[in-house]
Amino acid sequence: MTRYVPYLLIGLLFGFTLIKSEAASWYRIQEMFHFQSFHMYGILFSAIATGMVSIQIIKLLGNRKTLGHAMDGQAIDIPEKAPGKKSYLIGGLVFGFGWGLIGLCPGPMFALAGTGSLGALIVLAGALHGTWLYGALKQHLPH
Amino acid sequence: MHWLTQPWPWYVAGPLIGLMVPMMLFIGNRSFGISNNLRHLCAITQPQTVDIDFFRYNWREHTWSLVFVIGTGLGGYLAGVLFANPLPVELSPAALAMLSSWGFTHPGLDLVPDELFHTSVRNFTYLFACGVLVGFGTRYAGGCTSGHAITGLSTLQLPSLYAVIGIFSGGLISSWFLVPWMLL
Repeated sequence: MTRYVPYLLIGLLFGFTLIKSEAASWYRIQEMFHFQSFHMYGILFSAIATGMVSIQIIKLLGNRKTLGHAMDGQAIDIPEKAPGKKSYLIGGLVFGFGWGLIGLCPGPMFALAGTGSLGALIVLAGALHGTWLYGALKQHLPH
Repeated sequence: MHWLTQPWPWYVAGPLIGLMVPMMLFIGNRSFGISNNLRHLCAITQPQTVDIDFFRYNWREHTWSLVFVIGTGLGGYLAGVLFANPLPVELSPAALAMLSSWGFTHPGLDLVPDELFHTSVRNFTYLFACGVLVGFGTRYAGGCTSGHAITGLSTLQLPSLYAVIGIFSGGLISSWFLVPWMLL
């Protein structure tokens, strides 16, 4: 059980940050899609930049014992996304369309549900059904 | 302890979110991403009588990921209830004017508008339907904002760029052409 504690704590930090930064706010998402504030772009760009720099550091340290390796001693490897184009574009389009309407992507859904929002739980229930629908229709969809 | 209740600026929140990528790699060689949990939850609840291949795998190997989102919910509780910000969301004047013109009476009072989230059959139908789009789309695209925009782009993966282009186009379409009229 103790091996899961780091995941719980990092997840907690993630949820805390999503609420404190108001990334889980429907209003902030509308403001973003209408280019009326830098706030959300600031979050996204600085998150990507931070991720990018830390990945480069990990790669540079790749041969060293600490930092270049995961806690269990294994070399860090960055999983590659499966090649393709259609599924990413169409899936992204459907997801984005829903995101623009509801202002919640999956991370904020869980964070907002944690605040006791019944509405967020309904969105989450819908998302589970949507995921199930994809699983059921997978073979018939262009990929 | 001011910083616990106050909203955080982007230059604090963004880097913290970005650090999820190396932290997840460091603690267990995991790729940061949230929407896979929706698949795991389907795999857990798939009844014996239904047999969809996509949900037939050993979800127990992904327990770490489910623990992560339980943490996300707890973090939401701490930030949104225990250390709640007593003040409204500080939206830009342009956004406030736009939202008022769409018929939202108290833009930014809460994180989400009461007009769309208060308990009613109409609202819950809408919330559920939008959830279906998000769940379907993220799985079709193989990831959401965390897995593609943050993990995928920061590791320079082309598929993630396609996904982000799709996501942003979809969001622009619905927020410009549907949302302005939904309260009318």
